[in-house]
Amino acid sequence: MTFSAERSTMIEFRDVHKYYGDYHALRGISGEIRAGEFFSLLGPSGCGKTTLLRTIAGFEGISSGAVLIDGKDTAGIPPNKRPTNMVFQSYAIFPHLTVAENVGFGLRRDPRTAAEKARAVDEALEMVGLKGYGARAATALSGGQRQRVALARALILKPKVLLLDEPLSALDKKMRELMQVELIKLQRQVGITFILVTHDQEEALVMSDRIAVMFEGEIAQLADPETLYRRPNSRKVADFIGTMNFIPCKVLGESGGQIEVDAKGLGRVTLSADQAPPAKGGESPVVGLRPETLTLLYPGQNTPDRIADGVVDEVIYFGDMTYYDVYIGGTDVEVRLSMRNVPGRPILEVGNQVQVAWNPSALVLFR
Amino acid sequence: MSSIKSSERLGRSEATSGLMLISPTAIFAFLLLAAPLATILAYSFMADGYLTIIPQFQTCNYIGTCFSYEMKDGVLTAAKEYNGVFSDPLAQTLLVRSLGVSLMVTLVTVVLAFPVAYFVSFHVAADKKSLWLFLITIPFWTSYLVRVFLWKVILGYNGVINSALMGLGIITEPITALNYNVGAIVTTLAHAYAPFAILPIFVALEKIDRSFLEAGLDLGESAFNTFRRVTLPLAMPGVISATLIVFIPTVGDYVTPNLVGGPEGKLVANLIQLQYMKLDNYPLGSATAVSAMLLVAIVSLIFLFLNRRYLRGPK
Amino acid sequence: MKGGWFRGYAIVYLFVLYAPIILLPIFAFNDSAIVSFPLAGFTTKWFTQMLDEPTLHEALKNSLFIAVSTSIISTLLGVLAARASTRFVFPAKGAIMGLIMLPLVLPEIIAAVSLLVVFLGIGMPLGLLTIILGHVLVCTPFSIAILSAAFQSLDRSLEEAAYDLGETPLSTFYLIILPLVMPGIISSLLITFTISLDEFIMAFFLGGTNVTLPVYIFTQFRFPQSVPVIMALGTILVLLSITLLAIAEYFRRRGIAKTGGKNTGGFL
Repeated sequence: MTFSAERSTMIEFRDVHKYYGDYHALRGISGEIRAGEFFSLLGPSGCGKTTLLRTIAGFEGISSGAVLIDGKDTAGIPPNKRPTNMVFQSYAIFPHLTVAENVGFGLRRDPRTAAEKARAVDEALEMVGLKGYGARAATALSGGQRQRVALARALILKPKVLLLDEPLSALDKKMRELMQVELIKLQRQVGITFILVTHDQEEALVMSDRIAVMFEGEIAQLADPETLYRRPNSRKVADFIGTMNFIPCKVLGESGGQIEVDAKGLGRVTLSADQAPPAKGGESPVVGLRPETLTLLYPGQNTPDRIADGVVDEVIYFGDMTYYDVYIGGTDVEVRLSMRNVPGRPILEVGNQVQVAWNPSALVLFR
Repeated sequence: MSSIKSSERLGRSEATSGLMLISPTAIFAFLLLAAPLATILAYSFMADGYLTIIPQFQTCNYIGTCFSYEMKDGVLTAAKEYNGVFSDPLAQTLLVRSLGVSLMVTLVTVVLAFPVAYFVSFHVAADKKSLWLFLITIPFWTSYLVRVFLWKVILGYNGVINSALMGLGIITEPITALNYNVGAIVTTLAHAYAPFAILPIFVALEKIDRSFLEAGLDLGESAFNTFRRVTLPLAMPGVISATLIVFIPTVGDYVTPNLVGGPEGKLVANLIQLQYMKLDNYPLGSATAVSAMLLVAIVSLIFLFLNRRYLRGPK
Repeated sequence: MKGGWFRGYAIVYLFVLYAPIILLPIFAFNDSAIVSFPLAGFTTKWFTQMLDEPTLHEALKNSLFIAVSTSIISTLLGVLAARASTRFVFPAKGAIMGLIMLPLVLPEIIAAVSLLVVFLGIGMPLGLLTIILGHVLVCTPFSIAILSAAFQSLDRSLEEAAYDLGETPLSTFYLIILPLVMPGIISSLLITFTISLDEFIMAFFLGGTNVTLPVYIFTQFRFPQSVPVIMALGTILVLLSITLLAIAEYFRRRGIAKTGGKNTGGFL
């Protein structure tokens, strides 16, 4: 299935607030989720991401604002009347029913004949790779299989939106990575809007078209994975997603979309406007650099990038990579950088004098 | 501020659903438990008339002397004089004896039950635990009256114990001191309430994180000291609820003193029954019942107060 | 063996616990009108004698009627209270549940006389109905204890899933919740039936002239010549109770296994 570049809006939040007693769980959520996209709500536990997901499903009422699904306000519409279906964190497989009865559960009110329904169940099971499992008891399944049954059960109703509440958190690492790929494939196959709740930033980056990062009931940034990673709009987002070096700096001046800063150990740098998200104020300014944008220069190597002298302070071996903590500009600025371990490249030792190459375009300014 | 209001509305609907659902059971308990208890409390401050209660406030059912009234020529006349609960030597004796019996039963039951609970929790394989608990609970649910009666057979003149001792040649005459006394009541009640004591202790022991005990041993404590300093304090909430769950109901036991207590072994429940059913003096019976509850409550509260340090901390 | 001393003690303890129950059939089949040692030979006449006791038949009929009614009513009340307390937060929850569970520890005689006073006060005739009301009061807390465990082990997202898949709250209740707590309900029915069948105090105080099995047994203890028949009756009742409890335990465990819970304790 293909989509035009301009996808229509599937979910719209308009200044959504949610209180539990005095606790302000959602603090003015606004934003849009487009039809057919794989969207993730990412944040630490307690940030309100699951609550937000449940307001779409209809399990949580909202205190003020509006949640629109496909242009329609959902106020007063109960979960069983919404065009959304959910895959629960615990999968919520009905333990007293067979796999086929679980998958076909939502078809009870469907006017089709029993034979047609049975065919639909078979198709759904085949789609999630569980062909022939229909007669088994639901309790006899493994974690990964339950996950697939939960998916088939939700997708058989052809919802406009599929809601996934931390669906992979109960699986082990191998299984989780396998299911990530399968979920992406499945989403492309069915073309339904998927909304995933996760606290795992890697999972969100791998799977999503766009991600909303949430802290304390607010959306901190809503963007595609690359923007989120390369141009986080706040130090908090940068810190939550991946690793970032923060280096204290002074803002020297701003003119014509160019910002001049003096960063410790790096010196004077001129940044373009897109490297400096709107100022938050209150905190002393820092520039951020991802470890993989820094490189150690080996003897005889040249670089068009700028160079800082440093001393290796710590070496952490990861197999395919080695992380180095390096002091640049004396002993008060330490940066972490990662080098791929390719044949012939020696692993440095603590105390080695090194040159660190860095590129001004990789910098982000937080102030 | 409209947002806060609507959130309150949502909160209320959750509360409303809960209250609606609980209401039949709650109303039942209110009408058949709370209201009757309030009634006997009220009756205990009223006067006894012939087949009626005279709503006239008085405290003599507790302290002092009261009159029962009778209809004579259409006029209520003071007829019979009687002592209030705390001014009546018999009532005092029975109350004290009942408390004493209950305390003894509780002590015996809890002390004997603890090792069993400990064994089931620490030494029985996980899949066998519920079988053991089932075996322990079964006697509790079966034929209370017949079980009490059989203790009479066990402890009686030609009973099991006397027959066995005589058969072994240890005694030549049956021991009569076994039956029809307070000791027999204690034995029988301790037997009847055994599962009630084991279960709460077992539950408390089950909750103890086994790594605490390993930590105790690891830190150089002996097995006994680990038990004394780690296991026992952590099991105390269970011991406390076992104590209360045995102590409170046994104070009011009626069947056991009646069947195995003999003439010297009557307890407060027998007095209450006498006052209500035989003497037909509801205010006095109510006052006795209220006094018994009051004493139980006071003893229980003192017990809880003395053990308060075990009940603190995270639930 | 692990816990040698404790094991020995526990086995002796269990033996003492069962001692009266073990004696029961011995005297039920003992060919002597006096219940004592030494034994006098084997007979089944005490069992056949039961057939000729019209009061016993009347008591049995009363007891069965009361026990069936009690188990149904207290389980219904138990389902409501267990569901409310495990699923909802509502004001005064602790106080309300405390009141409902109070009969577990309240001396039974106090509950019985206070009910008696109220029934007589409002002019309600003593009979089977008043016994049933008293028994429901006693049995409901046990029913709640059993059913709370069943409702507690129910994952809330199962309900939400059914709701999400198009079912109404009502159809969710009978399609999902009811089948999953059914073993708990059966267990509660059997146990409350057993308790009611065995309950004496309420029946004694609230029954008026109506006799239940325990009341019958209690009055027969006064006549030494009827005691052997009571031993025979007791044997049958104990066998019945153990059978019912074993079935109840089977359902309770199956219920917990069904909802994926862990079996950690007994009935309470």
